[in-house]
Amino acid sequence: MSTVSEPIAGTKVHYLNADYGIKSWLLTTDHKRIALLYLAGITFFFFIGGAFAVLMRLELVTPQGDMMQPETYNKMFTMHGVMMIFFFLIPSIPAVLGNFLVPMMIGARDLAFPKINLLSWYIAMIGGAFTLYAVVAGGVDTGWTFYTPYSSTYSNTHVIATAVGVFISGFSSILTGLNFIVTIHKMRAPGMTWFRLPLFIWAHYATSIIQVLGTPVVAITILLVGLERGFNIGIFDPELGGDPILFQHLFWFYSHPAVYIMILPGMGVISELVTCFARKKIFGYAFVAGSSVAIAVLGFLVWGHHMFVSGQSVYSGMVFSVLSFLVAIPSAIKVFNWTATLYKGSIVYMTPMLYAFGFIGLFTIGGLTGLFLATLAVDVHVHDTYFVVAHFHYIMVGGAIMAYLGGIHYWWPKISGKLYPEGWARLSAGILFIGFNLTFFPQFILGYLGMPRRYHAYPEEFQVLNVMSSAGASILGVGYLIPMIYLVWSMRYGRPSPPNPWGSAGLEWKTPSPPPTFNFDKTPVITEDPYIYSHDEEVEVG
Amino acid sequence: MIGFPLFPEQASTVAGSVDLMYFILTAITVFFSTLIFVLIFYFAVKYRRRRPDEIPPPMHGALRLELAWSILPLFIALSLFAGGTAIYFRNVAIPPGAMEIYVVGKQWMWKLQHPEGPREINELHVPIGQAVKLTMTSEDVIHSFYVPAFRVKMDVIPGRYTSLWFQPTKPGRYHLFCAEYCGTNHSAMKGWVHVMEQVDYNNWLGGGATGESMSQAGERLFNQLGCLTCHRATAPGRGPVLEGLYGSTVHLQSGETVVADEAYIRESILRPQARIVAGYRTQMPTFQGQISEEGLLQLIAYIKSLAPKERIDTAQ
Ligand code: HEC
Ligand SMILES: [Cu+2]
Ligand SMILES: [Cu+2]
Repeated sequence: MSTVSEPIAGTKVHYLNADYGIKSWLLTTDHKRIALLYLAGITFFFFIGGAFAVLMRLELVTPQGDMMQPETYNKMFTMHGVMMIFFFLIPSIPAVLGNFLVPMMIGARDLAFPKINLLSWYIAMIGGAFTLYAVVAGGVDTGWTFYTPYSSTYSNTHVIATAVGVFISGFSSILTGLNFIVTIHKMRAPGMTWFRLPLFIWAHYATSIIQVLGTPVVAITILLVGLERGFNIGIFDPELGGDPILFQHLFWFYSHPAVYIMILPGMGVISELVTCFARKKIFGYAFVAGSSVAIAVLGFLVWGHHMFVSGQSVYSGMVFSVLSFLVAIPSAIKVFNWTATLYKGSIVYMTPMLYAFGFIGLFTIGGLTGLFLATLAVDVHVHDTYFVVAHFHYIMVGGAIMAYLGGIHYWWPKISGKLYPEGWARLSAGILFIGFNLTFFPQFILGYLGMPRRYHAYPEEFQVLNVMSSAGASILGVGYLIPMIYLVWSMRYGRPSPPNPWGSAGLEWKTPSPPPTFNFDKTPVITEDPYIYSHDEEVEVG
Repeated sequence: MIGFPLFPEQASTVAGSVDLMYFILTAITVFFSTLIFVLIFYFAVKYRRRRPDEIPPPMHGALRLELAWSILPLFIALSLFAGGTAIYFRNVAIPPGAMEIYVVGKQWMWKLQHPEGPREINELHVPIGQAVKLTMTSEDVIHSFYVPAFRVKMDVIPGRYTSLWFQPTKPGRYHLFCAEYCGTNHSAMKGWVHVMEQVDYNNWLGGGATGESMSQAGERLFNQLGCLTCHRATAPGRGPVLEGLYGSTVHLQSGETVVADEAYIRESILRPQARIVAGYRTQMPTFQGQISEEGLLQLIAYIKSLAPKERIDTAQ
């Protein structure tokens, strides 16, 4: 385990320079260093997943399948989905920002189980390695959804290696969730009551519950697919008396809540950004916090909306439809409260705030288009078309990734002790916003026109919209590369950051940047609510 | 490039209602997104920070506002749910007397069969103005039968029958897609639905007929496979009488009852032990693996065609 060197008088010792050498990183139990390990790991997976997306969009420039074989294309979208969902989006905010910030925001020295935290990183990387092995060995073509009996019986690609990879990485997710839950329950600083917790913590708490309850289900499901493939036990294969639809139930029981694993932490980030750059207390704290929990609970009850045309009874379709509509309400409450927080604020357009604006706008569109899919009559038409692809990219890319990048920028001075170049950062936020909309907006229209997803070749009349989408994707690609470059650049050449460059009220900013190994020199005592920028009498609105 | 459509053709009786719901949803989406965009933009400009040390007046949330923006969306959501569900229930209810067509999906083609006999691959000819019911199954993985111009889609699942219906309203040629990813040539698993005037359809039927209807083909199989040895037309042999079976209520040995639909008949042939008819023994051999999906559909078409003669009630 890493040895903590004594602070040498005169030099500032912090978690980054407290110890040197590769071993001090690979054996660290410091949640902040583990966060950086995750950052490196998932950035790698993100660019691999992104490369697959680029190749797909290239293929789709022309209606004929002329650039690659259909098998290759199918592997591209499968590995894009697997990489992005299991190895980038699910860990992204919790494992990087959450790991770094959960202890700091509640005034703790570390997570409750630092060694388990390190273990979870290794597990995630081993899972990733298995999946990468599957990629290198020839790939897998089942789609990230692994629908049976295709995945269990018919596909002759590397399903088992991928399944093992996903299965293993699930444990990492469970352990992180468990660690957060225990930490939030047990390690809050004196005075940090539940209703003084930053909303970022509430969001991570809700996320952790989903991770702990949901991930075992998908792990078992994927294990069953592997067993079925290896030993033909007949769980999913109808020829052996199995039921292929059972797989869909089990899979979506986790994978719909997984959507919230990906977006809830992002919502937590946005609450921090909006309050800091508007210098205002969050509007409706209890509603924003409560809605995270409501989403976590309701999120478990809507999986059937992925199966409206799988032959389930119209009555179960009806129940899943109404529950899906209900789960939209807590999200709407959040959007309204963020917007209301801006009212009479003192707003600056720093990069993280631009990302927050982008998030709110794109998430609103993503959420509202979810209503189309919850509407039975309309879902029959748009299910499994590009409409769905557009919808979830608005949530996952427009929402989760915007929030992730906004959070990375916001906390970058805290993480690295350096300021990033603001001009470049604003520029790339703008490029991302434009590139994103150009990529994904046309896909809504394509979907309603009836273009099915996962198509390697398509009828000619869909070409114009596909070309627009591919053009947007190339802009998006540039937008992702720029921050990557200047953030790495800033680690060496950036101006040193003061402890609290944004003037934030957050507890994590009350310690030096970068923070010392144990975060706070003295355990902080919390005496007031979060987001207090002014001690004047509060005014009533509405 | 042929044109640049932004909206799909409407070519079935249900398309209009789906599109209506779609437009309502679009209006709501545009309204709320615009509202949020305008508010954010307006606040961001109006309340931009003017002095670096500016501290805005603190305010706490307002319960009335919170309730308003929780209850109003709830009301809108429930209305959309009600509208969407009502339309859906109406759209999926198969009208009586619909013309039946049988569909078998396999990697990577659609095999369609008309009761009159003609078989098609990746093409489906149907008359205009006539309700058409598809009974579908798959030989291998899950597929999904999707005709965007009709706004209908239904998964095609191995080991069971799903159904879908539509009534075309406009002559023409419409895309048929497989919407559920099914392996290598998923995107090539497509074809056309040709909607024809009734006379053209009749000509087409007459022209392409093999001479043997589905139920005749089924009867031939029934004899070939030796079903007849146990299932006699009038009096029960070793097996029950099949005349009039389709649609009737069967009493099972377990005491339960079941309505004999396609799925039940299918199961009775492939896994006879699964549900035993009251009063009989498990004598029927399994035919799993011996009959193709199309053969099964033909057998079912044949059993469906067997009008009830003095059927002996099996529940003694
Ligand atoms: C060896 C005799 C035998 C043969 C051959 C046989 N069956 Fe049967 N069949 C039975 C018996 C006995 C039952 C009732 C017990 C049961 O439900 O399994 C039955 C039941 C059925 C039923 C359910 C009837 C009901 O009233 O619910 C159907 C349908 C059926 N058979 C179709 C077929 C077809 C089609 C074939 C040929 C491919 C066939 N059977 C061949 C003996 C036979
Ligand atoms: Cu879902
Ligand atoms: Cu397909």
